Amino acid sequence: MKHLSEYRDAHLVRGVLREIEGLVSAPRVVMEICGGQTHSIVRSGLDRMLPEQLALVHGPGCPVCVTPLEMIDRALAVATRPEVIFTSYGDMLRVPGSRQDLFGIRAAGGDVRVVYSPLDAVAIARQEPGRQVVFFAIGFETTAPANALAVRQARDLGIENFSVLVSHATVPAAMRAILGSPHNLVQGFLAAGHVCAVMGWWEYEPIAAEFGVPIVVTGFEPLDLVQGIRMCVRQLEEGRAEVENAYTRAVTREGNRPAQALIAEIFEVCDRKWRGIGTIPASGYRLRPEFAAYDAERRFEVGDVETEESAVCIAGEILQGRKKPTDCPAFGAECTPDNPLGATMVSTEGACAAYYRYGRGTG
Amino acid sequence: MCLGIPGRITTTFERDGLRMGKVDFGGVTREVCLDSVPEAEVDAWVIVHVGFAISVLDEEEAAETLAALREMFDLEEELGERS
Repeated sequence: MKHLSEYRDAHLVRGVLREIEGLVSAPRVVMEICGGQTHSIVRSGLDRMLPEQLALVHGPGCPVCVTPLEMIDRALAVATRPEVIFTSYGDMLRVPGSRQDLFGIRAAGGDVRVVYSPLDAVAIARQEPGRQVVFFAIGFETTAPANALAVRQARDLGIENFSVLVSHATVPAAMRAILGSPHNLVQGFLAAGHVCAVMGWWEYEPIAAEFGVPIVVTGFEPLDLVQGIRMCVRQLEEGRAEVENAYTRAVTREGNRPAQALIAEIFEVCDRKWRGIGTIPASGYRLRPEFAAYDAERRFEVGDVETEESAVCIAGEILQGRKKPTDCPAFGAECTPDNPLGATMVSTEGACAAYYRYGRGTG
Repeated sequence: MCLGIPGRITTTFERDGLRMGKVDFGGVTREVCLDSVPEAEVDAWVIVHVGFAISVLDEEEAAETLAALREMFDLEEELGERS
């Protein structure tokens, strides 16, 4: 397929890999932010083709992974209500809450539906005015404009039986949290290409300057990834800490202005709890007060939910690049994609799930 | 969910005040909201997330990147430097 297959050219990927090998002169730790990139790296085997001195660690950019357990429990509480049609992106359905998952609720007779787009959820609300349609609005800056648009459409079309359960996270604040930790090992970042397609990369410039780390905007195909890694390593070798763009076909410095305006119209920045990491200041979006009528948490008063995470799980350290999935004693043993103990195993985009699926450390 | 896929716009239309279009993803056509890519017309390539176009692909940039890489590594091969 055009704009995909060219970036899987093994000959060119090997060429860039040889360049990387020639560049690396000391141990380096580079983090790819996005779970989609982690998946692509492990699937294509790039992690095994890089020079030994270069360690790729896997970042927190997996929205399903970092959605807190209590938010999933809230979703489950809403979805069990008889008047509710609960709509969600497909990958949230099998994520376990404290006691069950959305699939279980559907099996027990709950009306849980997978939608491809949040606008589909608005369409369902329009078709079924006697029901309450709730959309689980999760994700990073990539899904935020579409989720924002669904709320705006509901308002503009006067659809009152639509609401959203919002658990949005934003990338730059998480990078700051990782870099600001006294245990940080990350020396350079591959920024998530599609987050930057929406937001641009100007907001990473102060991070690169303040923490002295190179940040390279990177795409998702193998050739994109090795290009991003090469540019990041070159900066490390040359002692530079700048924001560079290895994904010029999709990303500009200013990003997508109309999409940014849409996000700002519907959402405001808030503190957000990240599963496995904890609360990060100013790291998420919530509905602006003028859209409170579309807030499912208010509409259904689900209240506070008490949850407890597994004591053995090291997802938090994995999400911050301090450990690898294979460092965990539970990995592949009591923790598997069918029985996940924590954040990084629950989603296919999670680092542990990718390692498990592609046979890293499980023999 | 976070997977963004490139596709080519085949038609554009308006529905409920939103700019929409049909986008061809290598043979599979889907409806996509084009509200945030007002400049993208038929035949433009867009990156689509959850039914929403977030970016217009710059085909010139794409061609340049690939040409530069091919030149670098194909030349290398011709010169017999490849191990």
